[in-house]
Amino acid sequence: MIPGFAHSGRDSQACFRAVLDAISRPGTLHVLTGTPVDAPGLDPATAAVLLTLCDPETPVCLQLGSAVTAAWLAFHAGCPAAPPPCAQFVATAALDWPAYDTGTDDEPERGATVILQLPALGTGIPYTLAGPGIEQTATLAAAGLPPNFVAAWARNHAQFPRGLDLILCAGRTVAALPRSVRVS
Amino acid sequence: MLHDRQRWMAVLARAPFPALSAAAGGLVPSYTTLRGPELGLVMVRGRAGGAGAAFNVGEATIARCTVRSAAGYIGHAYCLGRDLAQAELAAALDAALQDPAQATTIEDAVILPLAAAQATRRQGVAERAAATQVQFFTLATMRS
Repeated sequence: MIPGFAHSGRDSQACFRAVLDAISRPGTLHVLTGTPVDAPGLDPATAAVLLTLCDPETPVCLQLGSAVTAAWLAFHAGCPAAPPPCAQFVATAALDWPAYDTGTDDEPERGATVILQLPALGTGIPYTLAGPGIEQTATLAAAGLPPNFVAAWARNHAQFPRGLDLILCAGRTVAALPRSVRVS
Repeated sequence: MLHDRQRWMAVLARAPFPALSAAAGGLVPSYTTLRGPELGLVMVRGRAGGAGAAFNVGEATIARCTVRSAAGYIGHAYCLGRDLAQAELAAALDAALQDPAQATTIEDAVILPLAAAQATRRQGVAERAAATQVQFFTLATMRS
């Protein structure tokens, strides 16, 4: 078993604020401060976001790390494990779009949040973003997104208000792509 | 074994920090804290007469802690009250007591004396209460 946040109150609030800012202003990068959380197979940002957002009422599908990582998350967050279609949070390194719950027109909030762990943020392929939270356009550079990402994201965006939200994590950096944003 | 662990965890949870640290002396293993020590609330539930429907009596403050000892054992402690130091020490001792290499030493040095002290204290309270007990013989007779 591995420790969670060194200071659970302070660190989870700081991480929550970073995620909130990242979702409010898509494309901005936020570096987490505080003692990094070290869980096998997870970057510090991925681990911190999982500990911050997951609780006993959110089924989580963890596709990173090992059984040790799953036990660690279950102990610290108390969240039940779930297959991808039933999960509210999916932590993964490879997107599998059709597998996730995109909510319904009546309950779009049920659409899953995918916590995507990438090799790097701020370097790599630049994507141009537009939409709510962005005045003109914003640029987000990310490495490791699939080659068909722009087309797949367009399909996700077209389902609005249904769809997936992405939280991108690399190292200690967090960025987000809410379903309302357009990517080109 | 599980029954044993329940017993020593109960003793540790009821032992105030000064008594616990005096008894534990240098016996505490080195450990890493996995969670806490932290404070929280638990809902205490009760039943009227032991047979009625369960209801919420109220919330109680607890301190809890989870540690992993250097030997790899995981110790938990949940203590009524707000004493974080007690919860941390109790969790460390719970981890040590699961280690066969240390269990007997700590059992003899910490658990047995504390359990005896707690039993004596409980006995004293029971005796003081018993001295003021009133027996309603008449009522008892009329009911039967």
